[in-house]
Amino acid sequence: MIRRAPRGLAEHAPILFPALMLVVFFVIPFSLMIAVSVFRRVPGGFYEPDLVFANYERFLTAFFGGVMSFSLGLAALVAVLSVGIAFPFTYRLVKLPRGAQIRWLVFLLSILSLSEVIIGFAWSTLLSRTAGITNLFVALGLMAEPQSLSPSFGALLAGLVYQAFPYTVLVLYPALARLDPYLEEAARTLGSSPLRAFFTVVVPGLRNTIVATTIMVFVFALGSYLLPQLLGRPQHWTLSVLITDQAIYQSNMPFAAAMAVFLVLVSLALVGLALLAGRREETA
Amino acid sequence: MLMRTLNSLIAGLIALVLAAPILVVAGVSVNEKKSLTFPPQGFSLAWYAEVFTDPGWRGALITSLVVATLSAALAVLIAFPLAWFLWRWRAPWARAFEVLGMTPFILPPVITALGFLSFWAAVGEYGSPWTVVVSHAVFFVTLPLVTLSLGFGAVDRSYVEAAATMGADDRTVLRTVVMPLVRPYVISGFAFAFVLSLNEYIVAYMVVGFTLETLPIKIFNALRYGYTPTMAAVTVLFVTLTAVVFGLIAWFGDLPRLLGAWAKND
Repeated sequence: MIRRAPRGLAEHAPILFPALMLVVFFVIPFSLMIAVSVFRRVPGGFYEPDLVFANYERFLTAFFGGVMSFSLGLAALVAVLSVGIAFPFTYRLVKLPRGAQIRWLVFLLSILSLSEVIIGFAWSTLLSRTAGITNLFVALGLMAEPQSLSPSFGALLAGLVYQAFPYTVLVLYPALARLDPYLEEAARTLGSSPLRAFFTVVVPGLRNTIVATTIMVFVFALGSYLLPQLLGRPQHWTLSVLITDQAIYQSNMPFAAAMAVFLVLVSLALVGLALLAGRREETA
Repeated sequence: MLMRTLNSLIAGLIALVLAAPILVVAGVSVNEKKSLTFPPQGFSLAWYAEVFTDPGWRGALITSLVVATLSAALAVLIAFPLAWFLWRWRAPWARAFEVLGMTPFILPPVITALGFLSFWAAVGEYGSPWTVVVSHAVFFVTLPLVTLSLGFGAVDRSYVEAAATMGADDRTVLRTVVMPLVRPYVISGFAFAFVLSLNEYIVAYMVVGFTLETLPIKIFNALRYGYTPTMAAVTVLFVTLTAVVFGLIAWFGDLPRLLGAWAKND
Protein backbone atom coordinates (compact mmCIF):
# COMPACT_ATOMS: atom_id res chain seq x y z
CA MET A 1 0.00 0.00 0.00
CA ILE A 2 1.60 3.21 -1.13
CA ARG A 3 0.70 6.24 0.93
CA ARG A 4 0.39 9.24 -1.33
CA ALA A 5 -1.77 12.32 -1.43
CA PRO A 6 -5.39 11.49 -2.25
CA ARG A 7 -6.58 12.46 -5.73
CA GLY A 8 -10.01 13.12 -7.11
CA LEU A 9 -13.38 13.11 -5.45
CA ALA A 10 -13.55 9.35 -4.93
CA GLU A 11 -10.41 9.28 -2.82
CA HIS A 12 -11.44 12.36 -0.90
CA ALA A 13 -14.99 11.16 -0.32
CA PRO A 14 -14.43 9.47 3.08
CA ILE A 15 -13.34 12.68 4.76
CA LEU A 16 -16.25 14.73 3.44
CA PHE A 17 -18.77 13.66 6.07
CA PRO A 18 -16.53 14.17 9.15
CA ALA A 19 -15.22 17.44 7.74
CA LEU A 20 -18.72 18.70 7.05
CA MET A 21 -19.99 17.71 10.49
CA LEU A 22 -17.07 19.34 12.31
CA VAL A 23 -17.28 22.53 10.30
CA VAL A 24 -21.05 22.91 10.50
CA PHE A 25 -21.46 21.83 14.12
CA PHE A 26 -18.25 23.06 15.69
CA VAL A 27 -16.53 25.76 13.64
CA ILE A 28 -19.74 27.63 12.82
CA PRO A 29 -21.19 27.57 16.37
CA PHE A 30 -17.82 28.62 17.76
CA SER A 31 -17.47 31.49 15.28
CA LEU A 32 -21.05 32.49 15.90
CA MET A 33 -20.36 32.71 19.61
CA ILE A 34 -17.39 35.01 18.94
CA ALA A 35 -19.60 37.14 16.69
CA VAL A 36 -22.37 37.32 19.29
CA SER A 37 -19.87 38.63 21.84
CA VAL A 38 -19.70 41.94 19.96
CA PHE A 39 -23.43 42.08 19.18
CA ARG A 40 -25.71 44.55 20.87
CA ARG A 41 -28.21 43.25 23.34
CA VAL A 42 -31.85 44.13 22.71
CA PRO A 43 -34.05 44.25 25.81
CA GLY A 44 -36.33 41.22 25.87
CA GLY A 45 -33.68 38.61 25.51
CA PHE A 46 -32.49 39.05 21.95
CA TYR A 47 -29.53 40.63 20.25
CA GLU A 48 -28.80 42.21 16.91
CA PRO A 49 -25.64 42.30 14.80
CA ASP A 50 -23.36 45.16 15.70
CA LEU A 51 -19.79 45.81 16.68
CA VAL A 52 -19.71 46.94 20.28
CA PHE A 53 -17.18 46.16 22.96
CA ALA A 54 -19.41 47.07 25.89
CA ASN A 55 -19.70 43.38 26.77
CA TYR A 56 -15.95 43.13 27.14
CA GLU A 57 -15.74 46.35 29.11
CA ARG A 58 -18.33 45.08 31.50
CA PHE A 59 -16.31 42.24 32.90
CA LEU A 60 -13.41 44.53 33.50
CA THR A 61 -15.44 45.75 36.48
CA ALA A 62 -14.48 44.89 40.04
CA PHE A 63 -17.22 42.26 40.41
CA PHE A 64 -16.29 40.21 37.37
CA GLY A 65 -12.62 40.78 38.04
CA GLY A 66 -13.21 39.24 41.45
CA VAL A 67 -15.01 36.22 39.99
CA MET A 68 -12.27 35.81 37.43
CA SER A 69 -9.44 35.85 39.95
CA PHE A 70 -11.39 33.52 42.23
CA SER A 71 -11.95 31.06 39.33
CA LEU A 72 -8.30 31.15 38.32
CA GLY A 73 -7.03 30.86 41.90
CA LEU A 74 -9.37 27.98 42.66
CA ALA A 75 -8.36 26.12 39.49
CA ALA A 76 -4.68 26.64 40.34
CA LEU A 77 -5.16 25.32 43.87
CA VAL A 78 -7.05 22.27 42.59
CA ALA A 79 -4.36 21.60 39.97
CA VAL A 80 -1.49 21.76 42.48
CA LEU A 81 -3.29 19.56 45.03
CA SER A 82 -4.37 17.01 42.41
CA VAL A 83 -0.92 16.66 40.85
CA GLY A 84 0.69 16.59 44.30
CA ILE A 85 -1.41 13.57 45.27
CA ALA A 86 -1.72 11.94 41.86
CA PHE A 87 1.95 11.95 40.86
CA PRO A 88 3.29 9.67 43.61
CA PHE A 89 0.10 7.62 43.32
CA THR A 90 0.50 7.06 39.56
CA TYR A 91 4.19 6.32 40.07
CA ARG A 92 3.19 3.41 42.32
CA LEU A 93 0.28 2.44 40.06
CA VAL A 94 2.43 1.74 36.99
CA LYS A 95 4.56 -0.68 39.03
CA LEU A 96 1.62 -2.80 40.13
CA PRO A 97 0.93 -6.15 38.43
CA ARG A 98 -1.14 -5.79 35.27
CA GLY A 99 -4.36 -7.13 36.78
CA ALA A 100 -4.27 -4.72 39.73
CA GLN A 101 -3.43 -1.86 37.37
CA ILE A 102 -6.47 -2.62 35.22
CA ARG A 103 -8.77 -2.77 38.25
CA TRP A 104 -7.51 0.65 39.37
CA LEU A 105 -7.91 2.06 35.87
CA VAL A 106 -11.52 0.86 35.60
CA PHE A 107 -12.24 2.36 39.01
CA LEU A 108 -10.63 5.70 38.08
CA LEU A 109 -12.38 5.84 34.70
CA SER A 110 -15.71 5.20 36.42
CA ILE A 111 -15.16 8.07 38.85
CA LEU A 112 -13.95 10.31 36.01
CA SER A 113 -17.09 9.67 33.95
CA LEU A 114 -19.44 10.49 36.78
CA SER A 115 -21.59 13.48 36.13
CA GLU A 116 -20.71 16.59 38.12
CA VAL A 117 -24.29 16.37 39.38
CA ILE A 118 -23.66 12.95 40.85
CA ILE A 119 -20.31 13.94 42.36
CA GLY A 120 -21.91 17.05 43.83
CA PHE A 121 -24.85 15.09 45.24
CA ALA A 122 -22.55 12.36 46.63
CA TRP A 123 -20.27 14.88 48.33
CA SER A 124 -23.07 17.00 49.73
CA THR A 125 -24.55 13.82 51.20
CA LEU A 126 -21.17 12.76 52.59
CA LEU A 127 -20.76 16.18 54.21
CA SER A 128 -24.37 16.60 55.34
CA ARG A 129 -25.56 16.62 58.91
CA THR A 130 -28.00 13.71 58.59
CA ALA A 131 -26.06 11.30 56.42
CA GLY A 132 -22.54 12.61 56.57
CA ILE A 133 -19.14 11.72 57.83
CA THR A 134 -19.61 13.66 61.07
CA ASN A 135 -22.01 10.91 62.19
CA LEU A 136 -19.03 8.58 62.04
CA PHE A 137 -16.96 10.98 64.14
CA VAL A 138 -19.77 11.13 66.69
CA ALA A 139 -19.90 7.34 66.80
CA LEU A 140 -16.14 7.27 67.38
CA GLY A 141 -16.48 9.82 70.15
CA LEU A 142 -14.47 12.48 68.30
CA MET A 143 -17.36 14.91 68.03
CA ALA A 144 -20.28 15.82 70.27
CA GLU A 145 -22.96 16.02 67.61
CA PRO A 146 -23.15 15.74 63.82
CA GLN A 147 -22.86 18.92 61.81
CA SER A 148 -23.09 20.05 58.24
CA LEU A 149 -19.78 20.70 56.46
CA SER A 150 -21.29 21.87 53.19
CA PRO A 151 -21.66 24.35 51.53
CA SER A 152 -18.24 25.73 52.23
CA PHE A 153 -14.99 26.45 50.47
CA GLY A 154 -13.50 23.27 51.93
CA ALA A 155 -16.37 21.17 50.57
CA LEU A 156 -15.98 22.74 47.15
CA LEU A 157 -12.24 22.14 47.15
CA ALA A 158 -12.71 18.50 48.22
CA GLY A 159 -15.29 17.92 45.48
CA LEU A 160 -13.11 19.52 42.81
CA VAL A 161 -9.98 17.60 43.76
CA TYR A 162 -12.08 14.43 43.82
CA GLN A 163 -13.31 15.17 40.31
CA ALA A 164 -9.85 16.15 39.03
CA PHE A 165 -7.89 13.30 40.63
CA PRO A 166 -8.79 10.50 38.15
CA TYR A 167 -8.23 12.93 35.26
CA THR A 168 -4.80 13.81 36.64
CA VAL A 169 -3.82 10.15 37.07
CA LEU A 170 -4.90 9.32 33.52
CA VAL A 171 -2.97 12.27 32.07
CA LEU A 172 0.16 11.25 34.01
CA TYR A 173 -0.25 7.54 33.31
CA PRO A 174 1.31 7.30 29.80
CA ALA A 175 4.41 9.30 30.79
CA LEU A 176 5.00 7.30 33.94
CA ALA A 177 4.19 3.96 32.29
CA ARG A 178 6.84 4.68 29.68
CA LEU A 179 9.43 5.84 32.18
CA ASP A 180 12.70 3.98 31.80
CA PRO A 181 13.02 1.83 34.96
CA TYR A 182 16.80 1.52 34.54
CA LEU A 183 17.41 5.12 35.57
CA GLU A 184 15.87 4.56 38.93
CA GLU A 185 17.51 1.15 39.28
CA ALA A 186 20.88 2.76 38.59
CA ALA A 187 20.24 5.28 41.34
CA ARG A 188 19.23 2.49 43.67
CA THR A 189 22.34 0.45 42.85
CA LEU A 190 24.45 3.47 43.62
CA GLY A 191 22.94 3.51 47.08
CA SER A 192 19.95 5.87 46.96
CA SER A 193 16.94 5.09 49.10
CA PRO A 194 13.68 4.62 47.13
CA LEU A 195 12.42 7.96 48.39
CA ARG A 196 15.65 9.70 47.45
CA ALA A 197 15.68 8.06 44.02
CA PHE A 198 12.11 9.26 43.52
CA PHE A 199 12.93 12.87 44.37
CA THR A 200 16.35 13.10 42.73
CA VAL A 201 15.78 11.01 39.59
CA VAL A 202 12.09 10.53 38.80
CA VAL A 203 10.68 13.95 39.70
CA PRO A 204 13.37 16.10 38.00
CA GLY A 205 13.35 13.79 34.98
CA LEU A 206 9.64 14.36 34.54
CA ARG A 207 9.59 18.03 35.47
CA ASN A 208 8.05 19.08 32.16
CA THR A 209 5.41 16.36 32.35
CA ILE A 210 4.49 17.61 35.80
CA VAL A 211 4.23 21.20 34.59
CA ALA A 212 2.19 20.20 31.52
CA THR A 213 -0.15 18.05 33.62
CA THR A 214 -0.66 20.81 36.17
CA ILE A 215 -1.70 23.18 33.38
CA MET A 216 -4.07 20.58 31.86
CA VAL A 217 -5.72 19.99 35.24
CA PHE A 218 -5.95 23.75 35.69
CA VAL A 219 -7.96 24.02 32.45
CA PHE A 220 -10.07 21.03 33.50
CA ALA A 221 -10.87 22.60 36.88
CA LEU A 222 -11.62 25.93 35.22
CA GLY A 223 -14.52 24.20 33.46
CA SER A 224 -16.25 23.04 36.63
CA TYR A 225 -19.76 24.30 36.64
CA LEU A 226 -22.07 22.39 38.96
CA LEU A 227 -19.81 21.72 41.93
CA PRO A 228 -19.50 25.41 42.86
CA GLN A 229 -23.30 25.59 42.91
CA LEU A 230 -23.79 22.37 44.84
CA LEU A 231 -20.90 22.53 47.32
CA GLY A 232 -20.01 26.21 47.51
CA ARG A 233 -21.72 29.43 48.50
CA PRO A 234 -22.63 32.11 45.96
CA GLN A 235 -19.30 33.85 46.57
CA HIS A 236 -17.62 30.64 45.34
CA TRP A 237 -19.31 30.69 41.97
CA THR A 238 -16.91 30.44 39.07
CA LEU A 239 -16.82 32.01 35.63
CA SER A 240 -18.58 28.96 34.12
CA VAL A 241 -21.53 29.46 36.47
CA LEU A 242 -21.71 33.13 35.64
CA ILE A 243 -21.59 32.50 31.90
CA THR A 244 -24.52 30.09 32.13
CA ASP A 245 -26.39 32.44 34.42
CA GLN A 246 -26.05 35.29 31.92
CA ALA A 247 -26.93 33.10 28.94
CA ILE A 248 -29.95 31.28 30.38
CA TYR A 249 -31.39 33.31 33.24
CA GLN A 250 -30.44 36.88 32.35
CA SER A 251 -30.92 36.18 28.62
CA ASN A 252 -27.82 38.23 27.93
CA MET A 253 -26.13 36.16 25.25
CA PRO A 254 -23.68 38.86 24.10
CA PHE A 255 -22.27 39.26 27.59
CA ALA A 256 -22.15 35.49 28.17
CA ALA A 257 -20.38 35.08 24.83
CA ALA A 258 -17.84 37.78 25.68
CA MET A 259 -16.99 36.00 28.93
CA ALA A 260 -16.78 32.69 27.07
CA VAL A 261 -14.39 34.18 24.51
CA PHE A 262 -12.22 35.37 27.36
CA LEU A 263 -12.30 31.88 28.88
CA VAL A 264 -11.34 30.39 25.50
CA LEU A 265 -8.34 32.70 25.22
CA VAL A 266 -7.13 31.86 28.72
CA SER A 267 -7.64 28.13 28.14
CA LEU A 268 -5.98 28.09 24.72
CA ALA A 269 -3.01 30.03 26.05
CA LEU A 270 -2.67 27.53 28.88
CA VAL A 271 -3.10 24.47 26.63
CA GLY A 272 -0.44 25.95 24.33
CA LEU A 273 1.90 26.33 27.30
CA ALA A 274 1.18 22.75 28.37
CA LEU A 275 1.97 21.42 24.89
CA LEU A 276 5.15 23.45 24.80
CA ALA A 277 6.26 22.16 28.19
CA GLY A 278 5.46 18.58 27.18
CA ARG A 279 7.26 18.84 23.86
CA ARG A 280 10.53 20.15 25.22
CA GLU A 281 10.94 17.02 27.27
CA GLU A 282 10.44 14.76 24.27
CA THR A 283 13.21 16.45 22.32
CA ALA A 284 15.50 16.64 25.33
CA MET B 1 8.90 -3.89 54.27
CA LEU B 2 7.83 -0.73 56.11
CA MET B 3 7.78 1.08 52.76
CA ARG B 4 5.51 -1.60 51.28
CA THR B 5 3.04 -1.41 54.16
CA LEU B 6 3.01 2.36 53.96
CA ASN B 7 2.41 2.24 50.21
CA SER B 8 -0.53 -0.15 50.47
CA LEU B 9 -1.90 1.93 53.33
CA ILE B 10 -1.83 5.09 51.21
CA ALA B 11 -3.33 3.28 48.20
CA GLY B 12 -6.05 1.90 50.47
CA LEU B 13 -6.77 5.36 51.85
CA ILE B 14 -7.05 6.84 48.34
CA ALA B 15 -9.38 4.00 47.29
CA LEU B 16 -11.49 4.65 50.39
CA VAL B 17 -11.75 8.41 49.77
CA LEU B 18 -12.64 7.78 46.11
CA ALA B 19 -15.30 5.27 47.09
CA ALA B 20 -16.63 7.05 50.22
CA PRO B 21 -19.16 9.41 48.59
CA ILE B 22 -20.53 6.56 46.50
CA LEU B 23 -20.74 4.24 49.50
CA VAL B 24 -22.67 6.83 51.51
CA VAL B 25 -25.06 7.37 48.59
CA ALA B 26 -25.50 3.59 48.25
CA GLY B 27 -26.32 3.42 51.96
CA VAL B 28 -28.82 6.25 51.69
CA SER B 29 -30.50 4.60 48.69
CA VAL B 30 -31.73 1.64 50.74
CA ASN B 31 -33.32 3.73 53.51
CA GLU B 32 -36.77 2.55 54.40
CA LYS B 33 -38.17 6.01 55.05
CA LYS B 34 -38.18 8.89 52.64
CA SER B 35 -35.17 10.60 54.12
CA LEU B 36 -31.49 10.86 53.50
CA THR B 37 -29.92 9.32 56.56
CA PHE B 38 -26.75 7.39 56.98
CA PRO B 39 -26.25 4.78 58.26
CA PRO B 40 -29.53 3.68 56.61
CA GLN B 41 -32.54 3.01 58.79
CA GLY B 42 -34.14 -0.24 57.78
CA PHE B 43 -33.60 -1.79 54.39
CA SER B 44 -35.73 -1.30 51.32
CA LEU B 45 -35.25 -1.45 47.57
CA ALA B 46 -38.39 0.60 46.98
CA TRP B 47 -36.39 3.59 45.71
CA TYR B 48 -34.79 1.45 43.03
CA ALA B 49 -38.24 0.31 41.94
CA GLU B 50 -39.36 3.93 41.80
CA VAL B 51 -36.66 4.74 39.23
CA PHE B 52 -38.45 2.38 36.84
CA THR B 53 -42.06 2.94 37.86
CA ASP B 54 -42.20 6.72 38.38
CA PRO B 55 -42.91 8.19 34.93
CA GLY B 56 -40.61 11.17 35.51
CA TRP B 57 -37.56 9.12 36.44
CA ARG B 58 -38.28 6.40 33.88
CA GLY B 59 -38.68 9.01 31.16
CA ALA B 60 -35.36 10.65 32.06
CA LEU B 61 -33.65 7.25 32.14
CA ILE B 62 -34.96 6.33 28.69
CA THR B 63 -34.10 9.76 27.29
CA SER B 64 -30.54 9.49 28.58
CA LEU B 65 -30.05 5.99 27.18
CA VAL B 66 -31.46 6.94 23.76
CA VAL B 67 -29.42 10.16 23.56
CA ALA B 68 -26.22 8.39 24.66
CA THR B 69 -26.68 5.53 22.17
CA LEU B 70 -27.45 7.76 19.21
CA SER B 71 -24.79 10.36 19.95
CA ALA B 72 -22.08 7.76 20.57
CA ALA B 73 -23.00 6.06 17.27
CA LEU B 74 -22.87 9.40 15.44
CA ALA B 75 -19.53 10.23 17.10
CA VAL B 76 -18.10 6.94 15.79
CA LEU B 77 -19.54 7.64 12.33
CA ILE B 78 -17.71 10.98 12.30
CA ALA B 79 -14.48 9.66 13.80
CA PHE B 80 -14.08 6.46 11.80
CA PRO B 81 -13.77 7.87 8.26
CA LEU B 82 -11.54 10.66 9.56
CA ALA B 83 -9.16 8.33 11.39
CA TRP B 84 -9.14 5.93 8.42
CA PHE B 85 -8.44 8.75 5.97
CA LEU B 86 -5.51 10.03 8.05
CA TRP B 87 -4.08 6.52 8.20
CA ARG B 88 -4.68 5.62 4.54
CA TRP B 89 -3.53 8.76 2.77
CA ARG B 90 -0.69 11.18 3.11
CA ALA B 91 -2.67 14.34 3.63
CA PRO B 92 -1.15 16.64 6.26
CA TRP B 93 -3.93 19.20 5.81
CA ALA B 94 -6.44 16.64 7.09
CA ARG B 95 -4.76 16.85 10.52
CA ALA B 96 -6.57 20.17 10.90
CA PHE B 97 -9.84 18.22 11.19
CA GLU B 98 -8.28 15.95 13.78
CA VAL B 99 -7.33 19.01 15.84
CA LEU B 100 -10.90 20.29 15.43
CA GLY B 101 -12.18 16.99 16.75
CA MET B 102 -9.95 17.26 19.82
CA THR B 103 -10.70 20.88 20.70
CA PRO B 104 -14.20 20.64 22.24
CA PHE B 105 -12.88 18.13 24.75
CA ILE B 106 -9.95 20.26 25.90
CA LEU B 107 -11.77 23.57 26.35
CA PRO B 108 -14.04 24.14 29.34
CA PRO B 109 -17.40 22.54 28.38
CA VAL B 110 -19.38 25.72 29.02
CA ILE B 111 -17.76 27.20 25.89
CA THR B 112 -18.89 24.39 23.60
CA ALA B 113 -22.29 24.50 25.28
CA LEU B 114 -22.66 28.23 24.64
CA GLY B 115 -21.51 27.82 21.04
CA PHE B 116 -24.24 25.22 20.50
CA LEU B 117 -26.81 27.40 22.22
CA SER B 118 -26.09 30.35 19.91
CA PHE B 119 -26.01 28.05 16.88
CA TRP B 120 -29.29 26.20 17.52
CA ALA B 121 -31.00 29.46 18.43
CA ALA B 122 -29.75 31.06 15.20
CA VAL B 123 -31.01 28.24 12.97
CA GLY B 124 -34.30 28.08 14.88
CA GLU B 125 -33.85 24.56 16.22
CA TYR B 126 -33.21 25.47 19.85
CA GLY B 127 -34.94 22.92 22.05
CA SER B 128 -35.51 20.28 19.37
CA PRO B 129 -34.80 16.88 20.91
CA TRP B 130 -32.39 15.75 18.19
CA THR B 131 -30.09 18.75 18.65
CA VAL B 132 -28.70 17.23 21.83
CA VAL B 133 -27.72 14.09 19.89
CA VAL B 134 -25.73 16.10 17.34
CA SER B 135 -24.24 18.34 20.06
CA HIS B 136 -23.09 15.38 22.16
CA ALA B 137 -21.72 13.57 19.10
CA VAL B 138 -19.53 16.56 18.17
CA PHE B 139 -18.63 17.24 21.80
CA PHE B 140 -17.48 13.65 22.41
CA VAL B 141 -16.06 12.84 18.96
CA THR B 142 -12.62 13.16 20.58
CA LEU B 143 -12.98 9.81 22.33
CA PRO B 144 -13.55 7.51 19.31
CA LEU B 145 -11.07 9.66 17.40
CA VAL B 146 -8.36 8.91 19.97
CA THR B 147 -9.12 5.19 20.29
CA LEU B 148 -9.40 4.77 16.51
CA SER B 149 -6.12 6.59 15.85
CA LEU B 150 -4.50 4.16 18.28
CA GLY B 151 -6.29 1.27 16.56
CA PHE B 152 -5.21 2.19 13.03
CA GLY B 153 -1.70 2.93 14.32
CA ALA B 154 -1.52 -0.65 15.57
CA VAL B 155 -2.42 -2.19 12.19
CA ASP B 156 0.62 -3.88 10.66
CA ARG B 157 0.97 -2.38 7.19
CA SER B 158 2.57 -5.52 5.79
CA TYR B 159 -0.80 -7.34 6.04
CA VAL B 160 -2.37 -4.54 4.07
CA GLU B 161 0.40 -4.65 1.47
CA ALA B 162 0.05 -8.41 1.17
CA ALA B 163 -3.69 -8.07 0.55
CA ALA B 164 -3.11 -5.27 -1.96
CA THR B 165 -0.51 -7.32 -3.82
CA MET B 166 -3.01 -10.16 -4.17
CA GLY B 167 -5.34 -7.71 -5.88
CA ALA B 168 -7.64 -6.48 -3.10
CA ASP B 169 -8.90 -2.95 -3.58
CA ASP B 170 -9.20 -0.39 -0.76
CA ARG B 171 -12.72 -1.38 0.10
CA THR B 172 -11.87 -5.09 0.34
CA VAL B 173 -8.75 -4.39 2.39
CA LEU B 174 -10.78 -2.24 4.79
CA ARG B 175 -13.49 -4.89 5.15
CA THR B 176 -11.39 -8.03 5.38
CA VAL B 177 -8.09 -6.93 6.91
CA VAL B 178 -8.35 -3.58 8.68
CA MET B 179 -11.86 -3.77 10.12
CA PRO B 180 -11.33 -6.95 12.16
CA LEU B 181 -8.15 -5.46 13.63
CA VAL B 182 -9.66 -2.14 14.65
CA ARG B 183 -13.06 -3.45 15.80
CA PRO B 184 -12.12 -3.46 19.52
CA TYR B 185 -11.10 0.18 19.20
CA VAL B 186 -14.41 1.05 17.52
CA ILE B 187 -16.27 -0.58 20.38
CA SER B 188 -14.25 1.12 23.09
CA GLY B 189 -14.56 4.51 21.35
CA PHE B 190 -18.32 4.01 21.26
CA ALA B 191 -18.37 2.96 24.91
CA PHE B 192 -16.35 5.96 26.08
CA ALA B 193 -18.63 8.37 24.20
CA PHE B 194 -21.74 6.52 25.45
CA VAL B 195 -20.77 6.71 29.13
CA LEU B 196 -19.73 10.36 28.95
CA SER B 197 -22.90 11.36 27.11
CA LEU B 198 -24.95 9.53 29.72
CA ASN B 199 -23.39 11.67 32.45
CA GLU B 200 -23.08 14.98 30.63
CA TYR B 201 -24.98 17.91 32.05
CA ILE B 202 -24.12 21.36 30.79
CA VAL B 203 -24.29 20.86 27.01
CA ALA B 204 -27.56 18.93 27.33
CA TYR B 205 -28.95 21.57 29.67
CA MET B 206 -28.04 24.52 27.44
CA VAL B 207 -29.32 22.81 24.30
CA VAL B 208 -32.55 21.07 25.34
CA GLY B 209 -32.72 21.52 29.11
CA PHE B 210 -36.22 22.93 29.07
CA THR B 211 -37.80 20.49 26.65
CA LEU B 212 -36.00 17.22 27.26
CA GLU B 213 -34.90 15.95 30.63
CA THR B 214 -31.86 13.68 30.72
CA LEU B 215 -31.00 11.96 33.99
CA PRO B 216 -28.28 14.40 35.12
CA ILE B 217 -30.71 17.28 34.48
CA LYS B 218 -33.47 15.44 36.33
CA ILE B 219 -31.15 14.80 39.28
CA PHE B 220 -30.09 18.45 39.42
CA ASN B 221 -33.68 19.66 39.25
CA ALA B 222 -34.65 17.19 41.96
CA LEU B 223 -31.79 18.52 44.12
CA ARG B 224 -33.35 21.95 44.13
CA TYR B 225 -36.72 20.71 45.31
CA GLY B 226 -35.35 18.61 48.12
CA TYR B 227 -33.57 15.32 48.37
CA THR B 228 -35.26 11.98 47.91
CA PRO B 229 -33.66 8.54 48.17
CA THR B 230 -34.68 7.95 44.52
CA MET B 231 -31.82 10.24 43.51
CA ALA B 232 -29.46 8.07 45.48
CA ALA B 233 -30.84 4.94 43.78
CA VAL B 234 -30.40 6.52 40.33
CA THR B 235 -26.86 7.53 41.24
CA VAL B 236 -25.98 3.99 42.29
CA LEU B 237 -27.48 2.58 39.07
CA PHE B 238 -25.45 5.05 37.02
CA VAL B 239 -22.20 4.36 38.82
CA THR B 240 -22.75 0.63 38.37
CA LEU B 241 -23.54 0.99 34.67
CA THR B 242 -20.42 3.12 34.15
CA ALA B 243 -18.20 0.64 35.99
CA VAL B 244 -19.69 -2.28 34.03
CA VAL B 245 -19.02 -0.58 30.68
CA PHE B 246 -15.39 0.12 31.58
CA GLY B 247 -15.02 -3.36 33.04
CA LEU B 248 -16.16 -4.76 29.68
CA ILE B 249 -13.69 -2.55 27.81
CA ALA B 250 -10.90 -3.84 30.06
CA TRP B 251 -12.14 -7.43 29.61
CA PHE B 252 -12.22 -7.34 25.82
CA GLY B 253 -9.52 -4.78 25.09
CA ASP B 254 -6.09 -3.73 26.21
CA LEU B 255 -7.02 -0.96 28.64
CA PRO B 256 -3.48 0.19 29.57
CA ARG B 257 -2.69 0.49 25.87
CA LEU B 258 -5.90 2.40 25.17
CA LEU B 259 -4.86 4.83 27.88
CA GLY B 260 -1.44 5.36 26.35
CA ALA B 261 0.90 2.89 28.06
CA TRP B 262 2.98 0.72 25.79
CA ALA B 263 2.12 -2.95 25.74
CA LYS B 264 4.41 -5.21 27.73
CA ASN B 265 6.04 -6.70 24.62
CA ASP B 266 6.89 -3.40 22.91
